[in-house]
Amino acid sequence: MDKFARNLMGAAFVALAVAGTGVGAGTQALADTPKDALVMAWQFDDIISLDPAEIFELSGAEYGAQVYERLISYDVNDVSKILPGLAESWEVSGDGKTYTFKIRDGVEFHSGNALTAEDAAYSLRRAVKLNKSPAFILTQFGFTKDNVDQKVRATDARTLVMETDQAYAPTFVLYCLTAGVASIVDSKLVQQNEKDGDFGTNWLKTNSAGSGPFKLRQWKASEMLMLDAYPGYWQGGPAMKRVIIRHIPEPATQRLLLEKGDVDVARNLKPEQFEPLRASKDIRLVEAPKGTLWYISLNQKNEILAKPEVRKAMRYLVDYDALRGSIMNGLGTVHQAFLPKGFLGAVEDKPFKYDPAKARELLAAAGYPDGFTVTMDVRNTSPTMDIAQTIQASAAAAGVKIELLPMDGKQALTKYRARNQDIYIGQWGPDYQDPHTNAETFASNPNNADDGASKTLAWRNAWDIPELTKKTASAVLERDASKRAETYRELQKTVMEDSPFVVMFQQVEVPAVRTNVEGLVWGPSFDTNLYRLATKK
Amino acid sequence: MRRVAGLLASVALTLLGLLLVTFLIGRVVPIDPVLAAVGDRANAETYERMRQELGLDLPLWQQFGLYVADVVRGDLGTSVLTSRPVLEDVARVFPATLELATAAVVIGVVLGIPAGVMAAVHRGRWPDHLVRVLGLVGYSVPVFWLGLVGLLLFYAKLDWAPGPGRLDVFYDGLVDPVTGILTVDALLAGETEIFWNALSHLVLPASILGYFSIAYISRMTRSFMLDQLRQEYITTARVKGLSEARVVWRHALGNIAVPLITVVALSYATLLEGSVLTETVFAWPGLGQYITNSLLSADMNAVLGGTLVVGAVFIGLNLLSDLLYRLLDPRARR
Repeated sequence: MDKFARNLMGAAFVALAVAGTGVGAGTQALADTPKDALVMAWQFDDIISLDPAEIFELSGAEYGAQVYERLISYDVNDVSKILPGLAESWEVSGDGKTYTFKIRDGVEFHSGNALTAEDAAYSLRRAVKLNKSPAFILTQFGFTKDNVDQKVRATDARTLVMETDQAYAPTFVLYCLTAGVASIVDSKLVQQNEKDGDFGTNWLKTNSAGSGPFKLRQWKASEMLMLDAYPGYWQGGPAMKRVIIRHIPEPATQRLLLEKGDVDVARNLKPEQFEPLRASKDIRLVEAPKGTLWYISLNQKNEILAKPEVRKAMRYLVDYDALRGSIMNGLGTVHQAFLPKGFLGAVEDKPFKYDPAKARELLAAAGYPDGFTVTMDVRNTSPTMDIAQTIQASAAAAGVKIELLPMDGKQALTKYRARNQDIYIGQWGPDYQDPHTNAETFASNPNNADDGASKTLAWRNAWDIPELTKKTASAVLERDASKRAETYRELQKTVMEDSPFVVMFQQVEVPAVRTNVEGLVWGPSFDTNLYRLATKK
Repeated sequence: MRRVAGLLASVALTLLGLLLVTFLIGRVVPIDPVLAAVGDRANAETYERMRQELGLDLPLWQQFGLYVADVVRGDLGTSVLTSRPVLEDVARVFPATLELATAAVVIGVVLGIPAGVMAAVHRGRWPDHLVRVLGLVGYSVPVFWLGLVGLLLFYAKLDWAPGPGRLDVFYDGLVDPVTGILTVDALLAGETEIFWNALSHLVLPASILGYFSIAYISRMTRSFMLDQLRQEYITTARVKGLSEARVVWRHALGNIAVPLITVVALSYATLLEGSVLTETVFAWPGLGQYITNSLLSADMNAVLGGTLVVGAVFIGLNLLSDLLYRLLDPRARR
């Protein structure tokens, strides 16, 4: 646009702004958020429900962590340390199948109702009977809607007994109890709002019944989420009287709001927006490693990709360091094992580097000296698309031509679950804090038939591995924690050396926070991002 | 009477056609709606239960039949994303779009019509060129870019306008939603401070959106006007010694009022549905943003419901301008 037209446009704008409403220059827009409220800009349109028995999206999990509590928690700085939550202590029986929890005394729900072992039993039974997406985290211990009333019970107001079907590793059971689906709800309040045997789920979708530091004030889907502090919280009420989270879909808009001081935190800035902000004295970029992994996977239904040398070659065709420096730019660190750093038994070796010459040798051994052509399904979002394009370029150096098929995320997932892809690029985040969550998906495939019920990532790539499947299943029954960790290390090394999975990065979340805000906790998973200790100067 | 019945039948058929097309598009989109509802990690049993809950195990024609039967009863189904009735959802977000589009159309009329008249009167001279250039920019510049530039300039740099959203955060949720149109609700509640705040939030997005309707309205006004200025009665009026202003603004403009109403109604309908990008940039929680979100999450009931409402509004406004045309223009009643 030439200067003349630009000036014209500017003139037109001013005319519009003035003529349109009679509000002209001089009306100062209010900046700066209130001192006792935390305001956040975030894309949270993935929230489907606010019922902790149903929440299974990242932003929903973060909400659940502010409002509800669980029996068990863990140290956000060292995930291997399991800590008491609403249960102040616990015992495991000699046969390893009975867990007895002592419930903390004197905790009250937001409603003023006392929190007892009855509430804990009700909450776990409710999650199992509702059987929503995250319910498997509990039902994998043998609970069904028919037996859970016997298996999970309160023997008195402060004692909860839980019986599992096998002698699982205690760490496995306890980590699963730190998951959102094991949140304790106010059974009296929920039952008052039950309709037609729905366990109050329709009410809980838009209301809260928890004991956490905040309670829900208002939720408007894809618009805003408002929390009020709960002054009676047993570990002390939050300094922030209110938390307001606004759904701002556009990163550029988020940055504007943050720089103006209209929000305190922006959650979805892009790497290219970081540089100018690093110089700002009002804004701080926080880097919080998360458990999410970036990987590419090779469908074994494709006969080329099923050759072991080709699988190996692909590991040398990703330019890990270049990607980390350019596109990820702080959003990820190089990681090549299926357990994220911070998990029990996580392997931190990085044996693979970009080496097209070595890849060529391997491809020649497989019978493809001039490379081959495949397609890659890519979500048309940033940075997925950028990563895919970089891989396309680096793989071409060994003659591997990758055709990118951009598509919507839900579409890519639909195709992936039907095993119709060649190469998939995506992210995988753990469902709970125990290593089994990732071992089960990357190293277990109980039935490789097309109608196999368990659609693990191994199944989605048609990787038939009876031996590894057995080994993965045995690891959850190993009660000695150090032996258990060793099994996971072996599993990771096997998958790292030869599998359809090329794990590339571990995600780092980069929230941008105004410097007058302190005390926000950015833990290793979304449900360990905590607002309770936040203060504002 | 027969004509009215025929008209209503054609409206119903149009809506049915719209439903069918949207429904089929929703079914051929390579996205699994069950997956959208239960998430990627649900077990097979949960998945199957949801499939039956959504009625996806039935044959396609039966699904459509059931859907239409529900719609006729005023039931647009339940949204997977918000787990509320779609009708309630749409009723909740529509006022925001209505408010934005209405403000935009007012701006479009107030500035677009005079601009078009001036362009016609000074045909080929600088006012005409100016209006044409502004119109061209309005047509060719993407709205989200203009929106962001507007935010950068008036909000970030000059501080004249407040930021995205319908209200400053601390006013959120203080006024009971009566109509859902915040400016009106604030006035009803007697909260003048909130009223001004809501109004100031409306200025920028409505101006950006209004700019696009100015372009359209001024161009149409100009061509109608040129038509009129060539007519004999204008020459007669000038010969009779009426002032030029009177000739233009009273006689000529009076005569094009009726076709202009049609233009304004159509541009209003376009604004109601065309605010999608504006709503995204300004984080304006209206129908456009709602349908976009629903599409991206394969929430088919919500997409169908939203589309139906947009279609109904479009048809309704068309019908209205048609009726007004017949009512106001004596020639149409012959």
